Amino acid sequence: MTDILLRTGSLSFAYPERAGLFRRASMHEVVKRVDLAVPRGSVLGLVGESGSGKTTLGRLLVRLLKPTSGGIQFDGVEIGGLDEAEMRPLRARIQMIFQDPQSSLNPRLRLGTTLTRPLQVYGRLKGRRDRRDRAAALLDVVGLPADFVDRYPHELSGGQRQRAGIARALALEPDFIVADEIVSGLDVSTQAHILLLLKDLQKRLGLTMVFISHDLSVIRVLCNDVAILQHGEVVETGPVARIFASPQHPYSRELLAAIPLPDVEPGWLDEPSASAIPHQQGSAA
Amino acid sequence: MTTILAIRDLHVAIGHHADATNVLRGASLEVGAGEVRGLVGESGAGKSMLGRAVLGLLPANAIVAAGSIHFEGRDLVAMPESERRNLLGRRIALIPQDPMTSLNPVKRVGAQISNLLRRHLGLSKRDALGRAAELLVEVAIREPRRVLELYPHEISGGMRQRVLIAMAFACDPSLVIADEPTTALDVTVQRQVLQLVERLRQRHGAAILFVTHDLGVVAKICRTMTVLHAGRVLEEGETVDVLAKPRHPYTRALLAATPRADRPAEALRPVPPALIEGLWAEARRLDGQLAMAAS
Repeated sequence: MTDILLRTGSLSFAYPERAGLFRRASMHEVVKRVDLAVPRGSVLGLVGESGSGKTTLGRLLVRLLKPTSGGIQFDGVEIGGLDEAEMRPLRARIQMIFQDPQSSLNPRLRLGTTLTRPLQVYGRLKGRRDRRDRAAALLDVVGLPADFVDRYPHELSGGQRQRAGIARALALEPDFIVADEIVSGLDVSTQAHILLLLKDLQKRLGLTMVFISHDLSVIRVLCNDVAILQHGEVVETGPVARIFASPQHPYSRELLAAIPLPDVEPGWLDEPSASAIPHQQGSAA
Repeated sequence: MTTILAIRDLHVAIGHHADATNVLRGASLEVGAGEVRGLVGESGAGKSMLGRAVLGLLPANAIVAAGSIHFEGRDLVAMPESERRNLLGRRIALIPQDPMTSLNPVKRVGAQISNLLRRHLGLSKRDALGRAAELLVEVAIREPRRVLELYPHEISGGMRQRVLIAMAFACDPSLVIADEPTTALDVTVQRQVLQLVERLRQRHGAAILFVTHDLGVVAKICRTMTVLHAGRVLEEGETVDVLAKPRHPYTRALLAATPRADRPAEALRPVPPALIEGLWAEARRLDGQLAMAAS
């Protein structure tokens, strides 16, 4: 039997939405009865377009949000209903890497401080000297020079900041990491380095990951399995190689067909995909 | 094929005198009538700046230091500002990157499109609104009359991008600068928008300079392409040739570093940092030579 580190059962999330000032709020479901299983040491890709609920699902998995219904089992423990105090011992084992390292790294702190703050909070630092050593070691893991401990985030390039974001997530030696669109804003020449770094770290450290992206090509590079989300529901899930080779659900097929591969393909612009898809009309995006 | 746009040895710098930074370092390219040319580059390549130079919409602190931009035979750089303004929206149009900030938030969609038609084509108010409705139909907006009455915040991002595409082609321009028009869109919507752009291009007979960082988008919509890095053209040619047999090491490296949904991870090769450093060193050497020549 495969060893499942994270499992969700009919996981749902809704928030109240008011149609008018005096109307009763109705519940707007953004994640609907999601069943996922992430084997230990594997990477699951969550892919979907804007409004698919992928980011909300990611935040549920790390318990930044509390599910409206359904459960999340982490390493055999039900964490869906835990409060903040009960979650605290588990927080060290569950980490998140955010999309925009520009805004998720504190601009006023040197990298050394940012990287070791989690260690300090969990009382895992032995004095000043240890702090510098640990920060330097973390920087080394993500391929940044040790003297970056004294740098501020604005002194780093986009790719370097994303490396720093990864280093911070690794500080507490977690088992499970959720990475949300972490290569989206990067240039191709930087992106491939970050992807391969993540892949290498994942293998070397035996990490279990959920990698959220709107970009199927990136999912292909990094993930073992993929779950395709549409309107908060998982429409198809399975091994990356199989889903990419023969998608079964119509939406998966449409999504895959819409990727512009860097090959000239006459007729790609002629296909009547525009009429097959409902227009994004009405509500403002 | 007649050349409608010829950019020669274009140098653009931002800032003044001693602390000016060069963003275009002698870029040259041509676009023929009805041609769709991709202008590809990563951030800092100067691709958007080149598009803006053609439109005459460079930032206030940027200057064209040298070179020429001939559009339909006339040098835009030497042209008086008033004449240039008359071309804009009429003969040269823009599909902007950000549909959220590119429409006037306090004017109805109908007024924005019809003002353009009245100014450039001299249509009456009534005819302009009629034509505006037809244009919305061309970009597959249902209930065009209703949408004309709406304000930009009342329509979705995808629909705003359609309105901007309709406006770009409204006066039958001979050149459209598309500045990363699909970068913020989901892939399925991106495909619809690319299909629309191609359909309108064919119907209105415009050429397009398609600015993008995405080699996939170039492959699908551009017949020719120009690869830009640090303000210099590294390679250009028919898209089919450049993608199949890239001649410049940078183009080859970019292609190898682009993740593909049809290939496993093992196929991915990151761009060697030394290659990028080498290209920037070359660019700085060029800057040095130019500064020497100027002093």
